Amino acid sequence: MGEILRNGENRGNVWLEALGVSKSFGGVRALLDVSFELRRGEVHALMGENGAGKSTLVKILAGLHTPDAGEVRVDGRKVELRSPHEAIRHGIAMIHQELMPVPDLTVAENLLLGREPCGRLPGTVDRGALRREAGRLLELLKVDLPVDAPMRTLSVAAMQTVEIARAVGSDAAAVIMDEPTAALSDREVEALFRTIRALQARGTAFIYITHKMDEVFRIADRITVLRDGVRVGTAPASGLDETRLIALMVGRELIGGRVRGRAVAGESLLSVSGLSRTGAYRDVRLELRRGEILGLAGLMGAGRSEVAAALFGLAPAERGEIRVRGRVARIRHPPDAMGLGIGMVTEDRRADGFVPLMSVRHNITLASLERCCRGPVIRHAAEAEAAALAIARTGIRASDDGQAVVQLSGGNQQKVVFARALMSDPEIVILDEPTRGIDVGAKAEVHALVAGLADQGKAVLLISSELAELLALSDRLLVMRQGEVVAELDPLTVSQEEVLKHAMPI
Amino acid sequence: MPCRSDKHSARVPKLELFAGRLGIVVALLALAAVLAALKPNFLSAANLTNVVRQVSINGILAVGVTAVLLTGGVDLSLGALVALTGVVAAHLAHPGAYPLLVPIAAGILAGAACGAVNGAVVTRCGVPSFIATLGMMTAARGLALVLSDGRPVSNMSPALTRLAGDVAGIPVPALILAAVAAAVAWMLRNLRLGRYLYAVGGNEQAARAAGIRVQGVKFAAYLLCGALAGLAGVVLAARITTGQPNAGVAYELDAIAAVVIGGTRLSGGVGGVGGTLLGVLLMGVIGNGLDLLNVPSYYQQIVKGVIIIGAVWFDRCHQASGKERGV
Repeated sequence: MGEILRNGENRGNVWLEALGVSKSFGGVRALLDVSFELRRGEVHALMGENGAGKSTLVKILAGLHTPDAGEVRVDGRKVELRSPHEAIRHGIAMIHQELMPVPDLTVAENLLLGREPCGRLPGTVDRGALRREAGRLLELLKVDLPVDAPMRTLSVAAMQTVEIARAVGSDAAAVIMDEPTAALSDREVEALFRTIRALQARGTAFIYITHKMDEVFRIADRITVLRDGVRVGTAPASGLDETRLIALMVGRELIGGRVRGRAVAGESLLSVSGLSRTGAYRDVRLELRRGEILGLAGLMGAGRSEVAAALFGLAPAERGEIRVRGRVARIRHPPDAMGLGIGMVTEDRRADGFVPLMSVRHNITLASLERCCRGPVIRHAAEAEAAALAIARTGIRASDDGQAVVQLSGGNQQKVVFARALMSDPEIVILDEPTRGIDVGAKAEVHALVAGLADQGKAVLLISSELAELLALSDRLLVMRQGEVVAELDPLTVSQEEVLKHAMPI
Repeated sequence: MPCRSDKHSARVPKLELFAGRLGIVVALLALAAVLAALKPNFLSAANLTNVVRQVSINGILAVGVTAVLLTGGVDLSLGALVALTGVVAAHLAHPGAYPLLVPIAAGILAGAACGAVNGAVVTRCGVPSFIATLGMMTAARGLALVLSDGRPVSNMSPALTRLAGDVAGIPVPALILAAVAAAVAWMLRNLRLGRYLYAVGGNEQAARAAGIRVQGVKFAAYLLCGALAGLAGVVLAARITTGQPNAGVAYELDAIAAVVIGGTRLSGGVGGVGGTLLGVLLMGVIGNGLDLLNVPSYYQQIVKGVIIIGAVWFDRCHQASGKERGV
């Protein structure tokens, strides 16, 4: 990879640098001798599989971790960043994956939190100046947000914009964004990119972590790839393509395209009609047959996750009928669904996927512990055996089954959630965004797992925001828009553009 | 002062007894060594028996409240429940009134009933446990005063007071604590309910999505905690040979302190009975040591307060670990 991955010329423009940085956590190496440079006004993407060290590197630059070795330089001078506060003082701001605004303060108050303009008396706030300054900042970003609205009334995307504006307002010359688009709709991503470009034109530099390939090539000027805590290289985005980039990230080439042939679907296992819930979805009808993967496409907020939540009893529907194997089913809680042979991998694994400090073994058996029990008493040997089998089946990589799930990479965490859902041997499997936020290598493994489920004769309902994934895996594809199923398409012949056309609100 | 801990223990505390509690074991041994050096009679059988006797009631309460803390809740009503159940038991324990089992069972059942109310208010009405049990604390204290007319209930049958005596040189309350601790530790490790307590405290949403009936699990924790408070109340009444409506003030805080010193997280999901017992012992030995060293009791309170904070801070520094790596 020598010639394309050399360090760029014109070093004079380098503003923020990490030199030979290493970091370990209790013997586990996270970064080894990594150097990284950020030039004024560039968008520098940081790519790599989960566990490659991206987060550790940016946390060092944001003052959240101190490196074991190596140094950080700002504008050529060595700096010690012992806290986020010091990083901000040096002009480095980080927008966190989980946003942290104060929900009950207004947009203006959040924007200038900690730097409120003083009123006439010491300790008071000049509210007029506060609103003017906030308005000025938002104008700079070319966004239109009500400065007096409470933060909690804003969408995730709008909150993110406020966070960026706050970083810019504190004179940040470098803004670090860790997967900023994970929860954004396509249109909101566009708005975010406009904001980034506007600031870039004024000289602000961005470090941009993402797993989404299309985004990288649209927004990044340069790309640095990390793998297993080591820098693989840095190259201009224009000098790479997707295949090459993935190969660099995983250390091997992956084959894209359709994962499986068309399945021969069996009898109907799940049929839904007239399913409705005010404000979420209306009159949803779908049928799920043995051995098939039914894809459910749509934009954020189209009601897909809500339908899935109804089928699994997390948030029951208000009207409509669910039939499982032909019989009308009442599903009020998850145990009802599980009793009917329905398993689910939920959308947000951090929120409701796993118990972070619990071991891999205990997380896997949590939903079907009664299978390893005599009465209420756990049979530990049987449990260990069941967990070992599930670990082997789903390809979880952990030091041992006593390791806490929180210590695993995102992909392995997701496999634990899979293992748990599959432990009860469900015939109907609902997967809500099963590959969100996991790296490309793990993604391929999860895809194989999903395809395997259908091959075993299970019925799979697959929700994903990645059209390529839906097209590669599904046998049939439904599109939801604003709470309604608006189209059924053939994933073998339809194009991504066509699916999007159906999904876009009119 | 920042509590920096980049050290990342490869394994996070688990269900095993004493797992990850090495720091407290060391502190306990070091303290014992210092006391033994300063006051040789610290190690005398009489003194050690005394320590064990003194920690028994706090121990029984602490074991019960461990279950509640594991779910991420808290129970502030324990001290008042001790008083209430002691009064109930003392009323039924006049000589010749009922068989011994009646006052004991009545005390435990009264505690369990209050625990059930706590659990119902938390799970059915959605009142935060802090408030629900704060209300119970006040109400139970009031009920204890009503039932006793504000005066100690005396004239207790000697059969019941024997509950606070010795068997083969070992204080009966200590034997009760040992039995209770063993039972709850076994429950946490081997019963589905035990596992679910950890799951609910570790991530309630995930527990729900895994099909666990979260409210039922929480209810069970408050019920158990209340029943053990009832048992502690009976033992205390036996020891002071009266049902005291004003007994047990702030006992819940001592119990919670011991549990947290023992490594159970206030936010739930991590901890266990082994650590709790160590926490109880550590607090008991400190109290005993200060007595032996003739530290006036007012100063003892100051020292105790500092030690509670210090112990938990120390523990935090050694456990923050998991948090740091991109959790």
